[in-house]
Amino acid sequence: MSLDTVKNAEQTPDVAQPWAELGLKEDEYARIREILGRRPTGAELAMYSVMWSEHCSYKSSKVHLKQFGDKKPDSDAMLVGIGENAGVVDVGQGYAVTFKVESHNHPSYIEPYQGAATGIGGIVRDILAMGARPVAVMDPLRFGAADHPDTRRVLPGIVAGIGGYGNCLGLPNIGGEVVFDSCYQGNPLVNALCVGVMKHEDIHLAQASGAGNKVILYGARTGGDGIGGVSVLASETFDDTKPTKRPAVQVGDPFQEKLLIECTLEIFREKLVKGIQDLGGAGLSCATSELASAGSGGMRVELDTVPLRDTTLSPEEILMSESQERMCAIVEPDKVDRFLEICEKWDVIATVIGEVTDGERLEIFWHGELVVDVPPRTVAHEGPTYQRPYARPSWQDALQADAPTGERLARPTTGEGLKADLLKVAGSPNQASKSWITDQYDRYVLGNTVLSVGEDSGMIRIDEETNLGVSVATDGNGRYAKLDPYTGAQLALAEAYRNVAAGGAKPLAVSDCLNFGSPEDPDVMWQFAEATRGLADACLVLGTPVTGGNVSLYNQTGEVAIHPTPVVAVLGVIDDVTRRTPIAFTEEGQLLYLLGDTADELGGSAWSQVVHDHLGGLPPKVDLERERLLGDILIAASRDGMIDAAHDLSDGGLGQALVESCLKGGRGARIIVPEGMDPFVLLFSESAGRAVVAVPRSEELRFNDMCTARGLPATRIGVVDGESLDVQGQFTVSLAELKDAHTGVIEALLA
Amino acid sequence: MTTRVGVVTFPGSLDDRDAQRAVRLAGAEPVALWHRDKDLHQVDAVVLPGGFSYGDYLRCGAISRFSPVMETVIEQAKLGMPVLGICNGFQVLCESHLLPGALTRNDSLHFVCRDQKLRIENAGTAWTRDYSAGQEIVVPLKNGEGRFVADEHVLDELEAEGRVVARYLDVNPNGSYRDIAGITNAAGNVVGLMPHPEHAVEPLTGPTVEGLGFFTSVLKQLVNA
Amino acid sequence: MARVVVDVMLKPEILDPQGQAVQRALPRLGFTGIADVRQGKRFELEVEGPVDDAALARIREAAETFLANTVIEDFTVRVEEAAK
Repeated sequence: MSLDTVKNAEQTPDVAQPWAELGLKEDEYARIREILGRRPTGAELAMYSVMWSEHCSYKSSKVHLKQFGDKKPDSDAMLVGIGENAGVVDVGQGYAVTFKVESHNHPSYIEPYQGAATGIGGIVRDILAMGARPVAVMDPLRFGAADHPDTRRVLPGIVAGIGGYGNCLGLPNIGGEVVFDSCYQGNPLVNALCVGVMKHEDIHLAQASGAGNKVILYGARTGGDGIGGVSVLASETFDDTKPTKRPAVQVGDPFQEKLLIECTLEIFREKLVKGIQDLGGAGLSCATSELASAGSGGMRVELDTVPLRDTTLSPEEILMSESQERMCAIVEPDKVDRFLEICEKWDVIATVIGEVTDGERLEIFWHGELVVDVPPRTVAHEGPTYQRPYARPSWQDALQADAPTGERLARPTTGEGLKADLLKVAGSPNQASKSWITDQYDRYVLGNTVLSVGEDSGMIRIDEETNLGVSVATDGNGRYAKLDPYTGAQLALAEAYRNVAAGGAKPLAVSDCLNFGSPEDPDVMWQFAEATRGLADACLVLGTPVTGGNVSLYNQTGEVAIHPTPVVAVLGVIDDVTRRTPIAFTEEGQLLYLLGDTADELGGSAWSQVVHDHLGGLPPKVDLERERLLGDILIAASRDGMIDAAHDLSDGGLGQALVESCLKGGRGARIIVPEGMDPFVLLFSESAGRAVVAVPRSEELRFNDMCTARGLPATRIGVVDGESLDVQGQFTVSLAELKDAHTGVIEALLA
Repeated sequence: MTTRVGVVTFPGSLDDRDAQRAVRLAGAEPVALWHRDKDLHQVDAVVLPGGFSYGDYLRCGAISRFSPVMETVIEQAKLGMPVLGICNGFQVLCESHLLPGALTRNDSLHFVCRDQKLRIENAGTAWTRDYSAGQEIVVPLKNGEGRFVADEHVLDELEAEGRVVARYLDVNPNGSYRDIAGITNAAGNVVGLMPHPEHAVEPLTGPTVEGLGFFTSVLKQLVNA
Repeated sequence: MARVVVDVMLKPEILDPQGQAVQRALPRLGFTGIADVRQGKRFELEVEGPVDDAALARIREAAETFLANTVIEDFTVRVEEAAK
């Protein structure tokens, strides 16, 4: 096929073009013709199709995402907000922290190892592109039923991919989630989060300014990886009946990425770049159009100078290639030599592929012929916007009416019955120990990990002299969100906020990964609208702005969508990491206090799932002012040394929290059911806004006074004691028996 | 005069900064060494840190072993300079034939990261003299290819000459022959260790501080030398 | 007993980081003139009974569903002459 140049496109307006195959709608294709005043060239069509895909353009979701800006709370901490590669937050002492959670769901289903690995690679480059050194990763994961044969294929591959890539990059994995639910069968969710640290003056943005500045592509050579992956993979559901458009899978090279990180950080140290962008989904199409769109001028690129792994690639394919481990930098001409020198030191290939112009167009040449000539904003930022119809699902009322009352679901009434259910929940795949998974991740590298596996949040020291640190927690309960997406999204935020505070850090900012089904289904779109509204409202109350994140739609098989799954990450700061609060009960005789109010709230609970395989009713109520108060108390108590352990109460309720804190510290607990409290509700309710803390006896008075003065209910429920969990008057279970139930579960399922 | 301990950075080294921190906490001056630079910059001892040098492609340590810095390290090690290879560094030492045997894929076929109990078997090497023979310590272990293998007569020779430096206790995490976690050369100056003592040097970030002894040992060795 | 060899290689368009790392190292060690390196896996299957078309078809099936990840890898199956 001959080269489709701009000149050729002008002369042959009636040539039929494969816009539909590239995922464009007829009106979208017409709009491209209108923007250009002619038909697009093949290369232009490739660029528009990939950049206007759901994944890159957020065309279905952006009308709802706007709320995160419109309802943004005032926050002194925000340095860079939504729209850049990742948000940046001021954490004091001149440090800035950037973090973001992103999805890599569809690729991880097709090729679990590489899909998950390149998910880590992508989010790490986003963080690096802000000017930060990546310092930790986390992975919120969702799989189908634990005993489904496909879970045995998907889970080990995804875990090995995350470990294989993250471990090889030298980034500690400090937490995340693993949830099993048959709704994720065929649509596992692989979300990846990365945290990066820099000084304020090191913040970099993705923009190309200053005519004459050079565009440098550096990192791996470009091959045929994931061509069309972004539009095809992320925007359409899998359909086994049609021939697949399955593209070449992207393969990650973590070694190359490690070199890219060190090389880029050295380039930042010498202040050699004006703007920088990583290459992820939509590859060069995205990087060049976004850089040019955000800058002041235009850009000219000689596409034939791009170093190739496969020399047969066409210009269209080079523009769409999603080869991993590549970055694009804007560099002043007199700094180019030094830039290339540093790349050479790190064995990183770097090539000047173009320059910033004083025009307004993005012009791309192929061996001297103009093949792309577009206004960059129309590609990168002015894609289509849809007002998708949405409506409350017809089944929602019936689902909410099916409440898990005592009449509907039999509750244990004896001590033996309570014990049996406690063990069942503690040994269920969702609540059991995840050590089989987390043991495959390096949590020690870099030597700054303060809290990680099994804790409420992951915490990292960022300054060895001052002990300044940050912590992150991710949470999201699809069952709650299915029952009520507005409340479910708020509960996800509330739990992550609580988890950060329980470790002793002050919550500052939010990143979210919104995993939903098809936006073309009004039911799903309603869930999405409700969840975003709930999250935006809650962020406003808690004072934690959304700094960025990602939306993953089309997570469904046929007509059946996953549970709406908003995953919320909260970042917090702690002035002195030595004051952090772990979850483990370690000191005999310390007093256990239950903070917050416990009501009969079992809708969407772990107990209703594990014991009755039931989902119905309403999720626990949210009281955001209470969450904030609880957070304040936990942070103050940690700072002033009033508590030695704290564990947030969420899935599985108090019972599960006690199991985890006892096993982690190797100490038992004696629990007294408070007067008038139903022991079943005490142990299994999932009321929000609660935590259990261990208070040294010497601090009891001070701690109580503080809770009373601030108006937080604090109930003394027992003491750290012995080798068993003893709920007085009900049952006693030894730590050995608890451990037996809680561990080895995942191993047994995968064996 | 402060003791200078070099820490080599290969492309793909990960625990180099951790090793430098451990050297500093032990009271010595860490010196960053670069794989392309043959010059050891007057260091008194060298640590080859953990990581995935060259992505662990081909075989772990196989490509690093031919780097310029290793020419000098091998030369100096033969002259008695203390050299500690941790994890990937151990693999480099085996590929360099400074230590016998090889490190292969874990028997579980999975990467494993855990707090590992060890017994120090030989407290006479340049890197273990601050421990006592038989002392039990806990330090992190993290590897995908940490299974120490060698043929029977090499293993017998290592045992007979007391060259097994540390052994896994309770759990053999990777299927290493005879639970071997670390070995030394005949002279006792070159030690290879699969677990990571540099991650057990601060109470805040490590499971214990029982790894610090490796770094204080070499200081004592050099001061007394 | 006959031996059937299954060679599994990454498809040509798929990135091979291992091969690339080896290729880059070769000239440093003085082995010049090698334009490309790709690294694969070799499986040797000792087959009980005759290696007829049916047996080979079974092995191909095993290779396709198990030994190779056909999303990213190709494979070849061949019978090796019995060792003398």
